Amino acid sequence: MMKKNALQGFYSVLFIVCFWIPVCHGVTYINISNPLLKKTPIAVPDFKAMSGSAEEIKDGKIAIQILTEALNFTGYLKTMDPIAFLATPAQSGIQLSEINFRDWTGIGAELLITGGVLVESPGNVKFELRLMDTFNLKLLVGKVYTGPESQIRKMIHLFCSEISFVLTGKYGVFNTEMAFVSTVDGNKEIFTCDFDGQNIKQITFHKSISLSPSWSSDGKWLAYVSYAKGKPDIYIKNLQENRGAIVNLKGMNISPDWMPGQLKLAGALSFSGDQEIYLLTINGEVIKRLTDSLGIDVSPKFSPDGQKIAFTSKRAGTPQIYIQDIDSGSVKRLTFSGLNNTSPAWCPDGRKIAYVGIEKNRIDIFVMSIDSGVPVQLTADSGDNEDPVWSPDGSMLAFTSTREGGVPRIFVMNASGTDQRRLLGINGKQTQPDWSISDSTREGM
Amino acid sequence: MKSKVWFNVLMAVLVAGLFLTVSCAKKAVVSDAGTVKQVSSTEDPNAKAKAEAERLAAEKAAKEKAAKIAAARKAFENEDVHFDFDSSELTAAAKALLKDKAAWLAENASASVTIEGHCDERGTTEYNLALGDRRATTVKAYLVDLGIAAARMNTISFGEEKPLDAGHTELACAMNRRAHFAVK
Repeated sequence: MMKKNALQGFYSVLFIVCFWIPVCHGVTYINISNPLLKKTPIAVPDFKAMSGSAEEIKDGKIAIQILTEALNFTGYLKTMDPIAFLATPAQSGIQLSEINFRDWTGIGAELLITGGVLVESPGNVKFELRLMDTFNLKLLVGKVYTGPESQIRKMIHLFCSEISFVLTGKYGVFNTEMAFVSTVDGNKEIFTCDFDGQNIKQITFHKSISLSPSWSSDGKWLAYVSYAKGKPDIYIKNLQENRGAIVNLKGMNISPDWMPGQLKLAGALSFSGDQEIYLLTINGEVIKRLTDSLGIDVSPKFSPDGQKIAFTSKRAGTPQIYIQDIDSGSVKRLTFSGLNNTSPAWCPDGRKIAYVGIEKNRIDIFVMSIDSGVPVQLTADSGDNEDPVWSPDGSMLAFTSTREGGVPRIFVMNASGTDQRRLLGINGKQTQPDWSISDSTREGM
Repeated sequence: MKSKVWFNVLMAVLVAGLFLTVSCAKKAVVSDAGTVKQVSSTEDPNAKAKAEAERLAAEKAAKEKAAKIAAARKAFENEDVHFDFDSSELTAAAKALLKDKAAWLAENASASVTIEGHCDERGTTEYNLALGDRRATTVKAYLVDLGIAAARMNTISFGEEKPLDAGHTELACAMNRRAHFAVK
């Protein structure tokens, strides 16, 4: 309830004005699926305090900090050290016509962000933000955001989404959330946080074993597994309202995954005596059985178009990844190398699957193009690595790794496997990240 | 007259003798009673000891039986069925152990049990939940084949969530790949 009211309040005071129509590009600046991607240097000089007040200077510094961290979180931008800067737009002017681009191209900055801060009334701040292409002397994005100082982080991340869209054709990760499992007093509970590991919230309080969180594509529902009633059942929970359902059929009820764009799920149930994948309603009723093979079928993951599922099956004697067409039921085996391939994650571009492979007791993350069938190893010699999940723009993967002292923690990396770093700095064991699909803040905008 | 005197003397002697005899007899009776008492007190402890010994023996037997039952139950609960890596198939050792378990279940017809399926830490969380489910149901199916009513057994998979040994060695993994029985 608190969250809902806060959000309503937020929307009522936040106005976003687009004061230039973004330049329409036939091509994207940055192809985030290019594995040989070099990071583009971007300069973020101090923002201009429009009326010169101390509050504006302070808010500007807060905004720069958030902006710098967000840009560096991407796998394709790298903010430059301000020591190298030759110009000071905070004094000389933040508009396109006031920029001497040679000051920026001269130090290697390919992109430049300028910003102005105006405190209109106490506690309310207006940001005027621009992204410029220094080599082509072009304005790429120009936006004004107004809102309470408590929402500076939100405003800056909305601007980052615009930057991402103009550079990559996708809105990126800046307004997404992560759900994950973390231990609390020895119990496993479900948590959520922002894309960068900030704003951690505990969602479940079952004091039991809770696992496998999965976001609905509208971001309003979480499905997960819990032993709250003594055995593994699927819980379907609305995050804003106190309602939901439990799938507690005989046997196990595990590995939920939401169908993109629909309030339906797939899950692995064993009430028949065999572990099979079923399609379920949001109320937890079985719509139909999807797999039909003796032995384990588990971990369904829908394709981005919702037409297929990738899943783990032991039908050929060892666990391997398969792809099945939901309507026709036709099945294709994806993985052939290695004796243990599980935990598929379908890339939002629809063309790749990340998964976990175990070879010689080493547990690592691989990615495979569905067409080529060639596995590419993304992690190596760094503990056990499991639970891959794609960012909604396909530019990154989150995963679990035991590389720091044998304790499982959540890490992120770029889609090509570079820049592997820990996401969360909290205590306990963290596993099974799931990245929210939607950018719910842009709905209705 | 002389003969009367002798008669009196004789009578006196006799009476005295009688008295003496009586007193002797009395003494004898008293001492007899004491003897009887003594006899009974020597015979009584023997019977008691025997009864006590019998009682102790019975107690011991009962204790032993209870201990045996408890040990059988403990063994039933504590001896886990082990599996090979990534397998839910029953090994020869697993089948032998399950025959013991079936015998115990047959003897304890009122007992119902939960069969827990567990896995080692290798393999992913969800796959191991499914594998644990398969291990538990495979064990249950084997016991059903051995004549145990399915209604007395339910199964739960814990996947890799409840390792017996928190270590990461080969031995720890082998210990953790198990079906565990819990009597309800």
